[in-house]
This record gives sequence, structure tokens and C-alpha cells, in this order.
Amino acid sequence: MSDETPERLRRTMMFVPGNNPAMVKDAGIYGADSIMFDLEDAVSMTEKDAARDLVYEALQTQDYGDAELVVRVNGIDTPYYANDVKAMVKAGIDVIRLPKVESAQMIKDLVKDVAAAEKEFGIKEGSTHVMAAIESAKGVLNSPEIAAASDRMIGIALSAEDYTTDMKTHRYPDGAELEFARNMVLHSARAAGIAAFDTVFTNMDDTEGFYRETKHIHQLGFDGKSLVNPRQIAMVNKVYEPTQKEVENAKNVINAIQEAKMKVSGVISMNGQMVDRPVVLRAQRVMMLAKASNLVDEEENYIEK
Amino acid sequence: MKNSVNRELPDDLMNKLNYKPFESTEIGNPDIQRVAPSVHVTTGNDKVVDSIEDVVKKTVKDGMTISFHHHFRNGDFVFNKVMRVIIDAGIKNLTLAPSSLTGVMNDMVIEAIKAGTITNITSSGMRGSLGDFVSHGGLKNPVIFRSHGNRARAIEHGDIKIDVAFLGVPNADKLGNANGMEGDAVFGSLGYALMDAQYANKVILLTDNIVPYPNTPASIKQTQVDYVVKVDKVGDPDKIGSGATRFTKDPKELKIAETVNKVITNSPYFKDGFSFQTGSGGAALAVTRYLRQSMIDNNIKASFALGGITKPTTDLLEEGLVNKVMDVQDFDKGAAASMHNNKNQQEIDASWYADPDNKGAMVDQLDVVILSALEIDTKFNVNVMSGSDGVIRGAVGGHQDAATAKLTIISAPLVRGRIATVVPDVTTVVTPGESVDVLVTEYGIAINPARKDLIQALSHIPGVPVYTIEQLQQMAEKRVGKPEPLQFTDRTVAMVEYRDGSIIDTIKEVKD
Repeated sequence: MSDETPERLRRTMMFVPGNNPAMVKDAGIYGADSIMFDLEDAVSMTEKDAARDLVYEALQTQDYGDAELVVRVNGIDTPYYANDVKAMVKAGIDVIRLPKVESAQMIKDLVKDVAAAEKEFGIKEGSTHVMAAIESAKGVLNSPEIAAASDRMIGIALSAEDYTTDMKTHRYPDGAELEFARNMVLHSARAAGIAAFDTVFTNMDDTEGFYRETKHIHQLGFDGKSLVNPRQIAMVNKVYEPTQKEVENAKNVINAIQEAKMKVSGVISMNGQMVDRPVVLRAQRVMMLAKASNLVDEEENYIEK
Repeated sequence: MKNSVNRELPDDLMNKLNYKPFESTEIGNPDIQRVAPSVHVTTGNDKVVDSIEDVVKKTVKDGMTISFHHHFRNGDFVFNKVMRVIIDAGIKNLTLAPSSLTGVMNDMVIEAIKAGTITNITSSGMRGSLGDFVSHGGLKNPVIFRSHGNRARAIEHGDIKIDVAFLGVPNADKLGNANGMEGDAVFGSLGYALMDAQYANKVILLTDNIVPYPNTPASIKQTQVDYVVKVDKVGDPDKIGSGATRFTKDPKELKIAETVNKVITNSPYFKDGFSFQTGSGGAALAVTRYLRQSMIDNNIKASFALGGITKPTTDLLEEGLVNKVMDVQDFDKGAAASMHNNKNQQEIDASWYADPDNKGAMVDQLDVVILSALEIDTKFNVNVMSGSDGVIRGAVGGHQDAATAKLTIISAPLVRGRIATVVPDVTTVVTPGESVDVLVTEYGIAINPARKDLIQALSHIPGVPVYTIEQLQQMAEKRVGKPEPLQFTDRTVAMVEYRDGSIIDTIKEVKD
């Protein structure tokens, strides 16, 4: 059980305008789990080529540490899409995010183009992953098929601005208008075994609203949130931070696993009770969050404050 | 000859000007002799005059040293009014010895140099067109740059012998009792000008606001003043300091500030009764905000905050988190107003603040200081004087003085645009690496290897990676590449003194 590859933390996916050299250069310093270079909405038509070149060069020369590197390419129906995909695959990007996905076929088309680019540029086959942004009613209703459209899929994200427009509403503080879409996207992701990302929150002055929304999507079970400003990273991480009790419990579970290993016993037990798989998985996730939140020392003991 | 920070110094100028090369930050315990000004005796009933022309005619002669303060910063009207008269009077070969030169003075200084009115300058710094002019060889004799503490030392020693000081004030009575706190053009502390008032042979106040005698509190006293000149306006209140202080929203500055705060709070100095100094930049203001929260969380109060003061610092005073503010200058209106209203905000002169040749200066008691840098090198030497093009565009300020604190933190981004901040060798050494302890960048920190205690204390802060300074320099170079070396001629356009009056570096004329 413990030899399973641990899942990747994806609490924060930070948007970085692909046409802004300063922001592209500094994207690695804020500790985002994923960095998403945007070639789409943040970039005006006259700057599409320049932004693609800039992100391509940055991926060759800048050090982004352990962050997962994502690029949002232009839509499949735009003249920029084909070059975006080729350049980003060639640059060795981790994940290509396709906007405005409405069907599994769109992901299949993307995957075909990605595979062709990998072959063309001698990139290891299957190393480029993809994800879908859901931005319409149709996309939401088709999200189960979209999430399962390819084994290259790592995640699915809800994009609320376009979606609420499509639904003839707008965003409200309580988020009731997004409840169905959030649950559809989340269930589709979980059923397909991939990550679920919540939408952006753009009002930087409404800290309280940001916390309210983040706590809500954390409770629902989202992996994390798309972000428009590096200052939001610490706030999301705060919400996803496990409590001292959760960390200590998780540590006991991990210890029990190790004890069982030493004894070459198949059964893991803790306080006389059998520890089953969900408990182990949750413990591993808590420890991963605890480490990422600097809550434990090098021996994984909780640091008393 | 070379000094101890490995800078080649021109023998001819060193000998001619009787300078010693910089050796060490240690001042030791020498016995020194201070000077005193000459006094023209009067009962004081005829000090008020309404013409700058008359007073210049009576006091300023060819070859003299004249001085000004820079407390009005870019709202200063006094400097240009007085210099206009001096140039038009045809006076030559003056040494200009202000506490510093601000942007509004640049054009007038250049005109005065071209007219032969000014032939020597000593200042804390210069920027813009004047820095450019001097760096291109516009002034025959080298400029002498001195820190605020060193200027006080030089005045007390007689190295700077001020013949006439022209001091703008927002109020004065007919005998010259004055302060910086009341009137239209208020700036708070008169800290730098107090040296001139005490040591100049002739002290001339300029004010737009003559108040009933006797004027209190008197920072400058009637016993020091020869003339009081009534003028229209001494300054533009809107340009003296920034208005409401706005905290930076730049995420990179915030990240650096947060890391600086972690360094402070994890250091052995963060305990009840500690003292600190911050600058006026965006990151420094943000540090104050993080520090405030840490002080509340840990129930720690500071004994004093020092130096150039901003409203976030006087807010801490109001809140009771800081017991005293020791104030040599105020950077914004809030800080200036607070000096007026809060008896725990003490005006201090530049000698009390930072003069090394002293019976104890405030900086000698300082625990923590946060300073900036244009460049810092792998020996931790800091440049705050010359830009990436080699042109003069900065000021020593209190940098060398405050860097003698027990914990000196340099906060600077690893790179600015395409220019590396962390470099193999700084263009101009202003503050020696010997007095610098920690560099904080957006990528992580570097600790001076001489500070083994700090390496131990700061190496395991969660989320704060520790690098060697060489590693940070390499990271910077990897990002922005290696620039072509700057081209200079052999001519020395400026000499930078260390705070003890020795020479730490020189600045050469740029070759275009």
C-alpha cells in the first residue's frame, strides 16, 4: 500500500500572463504547486506570437523548482492553437490546459496533436499531460466523459466567468450559482481519478470572501484553486493546512504501516484496530500537506508553536 | 594603493587630500578634538532681514564653504533661491557641503558648477542629471561622499568647515528660535540641519513664517543664528514627503519583506526591549507591518526605533509596541505630525544618530537594521551609490552607519529586470561586507560566513532556503547572463569615505 506513488499536491494553480516577462521570470518564487502560463485570454491578438516565444524561452532558461508547469493554449478553433501546442510540447511543458472544452472529442483531438508533436520533436511519448477547462453548460454536462477522455488527463478545472454568462447569471458571494457545476466537475474528476480545480476569485480586496470560497471548495473536496495573484497562495495553503491532531493521527498511521512492514505482516493495525486503505491514503495526504505547509520537522514530527 | 576591501585607490589624490585607505569597521577609542565656530557678538535685535541679496553680500565670499539641509527633499525652494543669488553675485570657488542633494537642486548645481561658483562638493549623494553630469567629468575636483554620521564627524573634526549655513525652516521667531514641526512646509525632525546650526560660523535661517518671540520648542536656538530671512515660501508641502503611506501590493516585495521578518524573529535579537531601524522603501514599510504582527503574537516590545521615520513606525509608537522613536528625519507627513504630538518621539541630530567619533551614538545601541542595495557582492560589500551603467545615482545616507547594528539585513531582489543585484564585485563599495550579516532575496537568504551564530539560528526556518552568497550570485547570473564590464577613464570624479573618514572606494568618469 505504502509503495503506491503518492499523489501530487495541486492546491494552487497560479495564472501568469504569458506576455509579461517580469511575471514569467518571477513565477517560481511564490511556492505555487502549479504555475499556469497563459497564452489565451491574458494575451492580446497582437502579442500571441511574442507570448508564445517568451514562455518557450522561459521554460528553457528559468528554474521553477518543483512546481508543475502548465500552459493554457489558445482554443482549438483559433489560428494560434496549433503553434501553441507544438511550441509547448517542444519546450517540455508538463501539462497543456485546453480552454472551453465541451466534449471528450476535443480532448482526443488535443491528445492526437500532442502525440504528433512529441514525435516530431523527439519528446518522450506520453510525457506531456493535458487538462480541460470547463466553461459552459455543455461542458459541465459532458464533464464525466471529458475527464475520462484520455490517460494523459491529469485534471479538470471549472472556469466560472464564462460559465455563469452561459447560464444567464453572474457570480454571487455565496456561490449558489456554481454549486451544480462544482459538484459535476468534482465528481467527474474523482470518478476518472484526476484532479479537480476550482475557479479563480478575482477581487483581491475581499480577503474574507476569498477565505469563505476557499473553505467551501476545500470542504467539497477540490484539490485546489486557480489563482490570479501570488498573494492568494498563502491563503489557500492556510485553508488546506491540516490540524495538529490530523498530523499526529496521520503520523501514527504511517508508523503503524512501517511496523507492519518490519513484521512482514500483511495486516496493519493501530490501537488494536485494522487500518484500511482509505485511512492510509488520507494519512499519506495529510503528511504531504503537513510537509508542504512546514508543519513538521525533518523527522515528520509536528512542530509545536 | 589598495585598501582592505581590495579597491585600488589613486595615490596622487590620496596624498594630496591627505586620506588614509579604509582598513576596518572598528573605530576603537581614540581621543579626538572637536572644533568650535566663530561668533559675531550681538544682542540679537537686528537679525531679521527681508533680502537674500543683502545677507549673501554680507556673508558669502569667494572660496568659502556653504551648506544646506535636505529635509524639504523634492519640495525644497530654499536651495534654488539662495544659489540663484550667489551665482548672480558672481561669487566663485565655493565648496558646497549640504547634508544631501535632491532632484530639485540638480539644475541649479550644474549651472553653478559651469559658472565657476561651485568648484567642490561634499554630499551624502546625488541623482539624476547632476549624477550624470559629475560622472561625465563635469566637476574638476572629485566629489566627496559621506554618510550622515560621517558628515557629523567631519564637521566636528573641522574636515568640513562651514562658513555659512543657509537653513530653511517652516517657522522662526525674530531671533532665530525655530523647529520643523509648525507652519505650512513642515518636515518634522531637523536632525541633519542641527549640525550646521551648531558648527557653522554664520547661520542664516530662511522662513515664510515669523512667529512671536520666544518660539518653542526650539530645535535651532537663537544662540546659534546670525540672520533670519523672510521669504515667500520655503517649500512645497506636497513634495516634502509622501502623503498617506500605502503598503506595497507587489507580491515580490511582500515575499522579501515576509522573509526579512522571519530572519528577524528567528534571530537571537528578537526579544523584549530590542531596537530596530527600517528604511523608507516599499519592502521596508511592509517589514514593519509583518514585524508588528510578530511583536503582538510574541508579546514583545521594542525599546526604540531609529533613523529616518515613517508613519508605520510612529503607529507602533502609538500602539505601545515601541517605547521611543529616535528621529533624525521624517519621510512622510504622518511621521512629521507624530513628532509634534508624541513626546516619546525624540528629535536627534546627526551626531547623536550616527557619528562614530562620539561618546556613544544611537547606532552603537542598535540591534536590527534593514537596508537596501543596488548591488551586493560575494564578499557582502554593498553599493548604494552607482548604477549598473557606472553613473552616480544614489546616496550613502545612513547605510554605513546603521550597518554597524548587531544584525544587519540587506533586503534586495536577486535581479532587477535584466540586471543582477548579487554580483561577483560591486561597482562601488559603500558599505563593507564586514558589517553586513544577512542578505534576503525573493529566492532565499545568504548569511555572512563570519556569523556562525546566525548560520545556526537561521538555517532551519521553514520556507526560507539558505544559500551561500556565491550560489545566489550564480543563480542571478544564470538568469540574466554576464554583463560586459563597465568602461571608465582613469579620472576620479568622486571619492567615497567610510564613516571614519578613510577612503573605501572611488568613482571614475564613465567612458561613453
